[in-house]
Amino acid sequence: MTELATRPSATAQKTARPAARPNRRRWRRLTTPVVLVVLWETSSRVGVLPEEKLPPISEVVRAGWRLAEDGTLATHLLDSLARAGAGLAIGVGLALVLGSIAGLLRLGDDLVDPPVQMARMLPHLALVPLLIIWVGIGESLKVTLVALGVFYPMYFNLYAGIRDIDERLVEAARTCGLGAVARIRHVVLPGTLPALFLGLRLATGAAWLSLVVGETVATQSGIGFLMMEAREFSQTNVVLVGLFIYALLGLLSDLILRAVERRTLTWRRGLQAT
Amino acid sequence: MATRPTGDVVTATGVRRVFGDTVVLDGIDLTIGSGEVVALLGGSGSGKTTLLRILAGLDQDATGDWQVRGNLAVVFQEHRLLPWKRVADNVALGVPGPDVQRRTAAALTEVGLAGRERAWPAELSGGQSQRVAVARALVREPDLLLLDEPFGALDALTRLRMQALFGRLRAEHGFAALLVTHDVEEALLLADRTLVLAGGRVVDDTPVPLTHPRAPDDPGFGALRRHLLDRLGVPAAA
Repeated sequence: MTELATRPSATAQKTARPAARPNRRRWRRLTTPVVLVVLWETSSRVGVLPEEKLPPISEVVRAGWRLAEDGTLATHLLDSLARAGAGLAIGVGLALVLGSIAGLLRLGDDLVDPPVQMARMLPHLALVPLLIIWVGIGESLKVTLVALGVFYPMYFNLYAGIRDIDERLVEAARTCGLGAVARIRHVVLPGTLPALFLGLRLATGAAWLSLVVGETVATQSGIGFLMMEAREFSQTNVVLVGLFIYALLGLLSDLILRAVERRTLTWRRGLQAT
Repeated sequence: MATRPTGDVVTATGVRRVFGDTVVLDGIDLTIGSGEVVALLGGSGSGKTTLLRILAGLDQDATGDWQVRGNLAVVFQEHRLLPWKRVADNVALGVPGPDVQRRTAAALTEVGLAGRERAWPAELSGGQSQRVAVARALVREPDLLLLDEPFGALDALTRLRMQALFGRLRAEHGFAALLVTHDVEEALLLADRTLVLAGGRVVDDTPVPLTHPRAPDDPGFGALRRHLLDRLGVPAAA
């Protein structure tokens, strides 16, 4: 009853100050993270959290700075990026070829899609033991793992994207005299782009995940190696640096892809463009 | 009227189309002369659209003989513009030649959308989108225009404007047209001849000898309207 009674005044307030609200909300949303960081820092400093379990965040930042300064971080980061890049290129390339064959050709659909659908049921990270037997524990294991993780989201989004294209638009293009190749270029490809971007974002996420797992297996370099090594010497702060790097990589790649997506798919924001 | 090759733009004999066990078109004979506007009437499911799609080359499973001479353009009930292409690129889609840009601008001017070349389809109203679709057909300099209930999805006022626009363009360009519609008044306002499709056959073929521009209160209009409604199975009391 009291809630019912107070509601109207609350909505009145909301409409009264519309400009101030988004800003205030942004600050309010920052509160909990800041409080958590401060709690973490102080409880480690006063000894509530044991240093070897969770060092204060300032220690983590300091460790990160030290690793960045002596070049260790850059070396390992570049190795990780190279693995992710190679795996992404192979996985995305394969998905584009097979997804296009399955999406565009009926015969391709019948031949390609069933085995892909079946293989999808295997969690690709569970393939690590088998992959070690097949390709060894070297670089090819990491790259294969990333490529596998990337392939599925890319393939399924491309396939669904092609299938979802409005048949009526294809017909209209046909009556405009467009042949098969021109129809793919002007209708199918641009129509699939939104799905492709979604696939690419999911694939990049899968790439980092696969890399995390791959780099814990017999590695001599990379962010994962940095973390495993630090664990052996109980350098919890370096382990946390590695975690933050992984998180930053995921965040940055997603931000970049979203920016490219916004620029490429301007037609979707058509109403705002003028 | 622009100069055009004389002779028929469409000749069709014995066109048949079967979906499963349903015979939709059961031997259609149709000729459309150069510059002639033919309205194709019929209830839902009578096969009007099927016949139009066959002539447009969008139906591979029809049997019989048919031939379309000259340039062909289609306007569908929905505008069917590609959302990822700007208005000008939609109009110019698949048009070859060096002066495409000028012709596109001219076509857009003719439908009253001069200067909207750079707009996205999402920015246009339903009526404007359909005007772009008409411009996309016009720029192809069609000898035959196939229109599948082109104004059916528009509101009543916009529909009247579009009908007037069609009349103007037709007088200027002299294209032949097959206008699929379920609107008897629209057929009588725009067509030189009306066909009624029922049971897979053409059951009525009536010329419309009224002078342009026409209005529903012209003498002779009412009689033709009653005749067509009768052939369409609508009680004459209306």
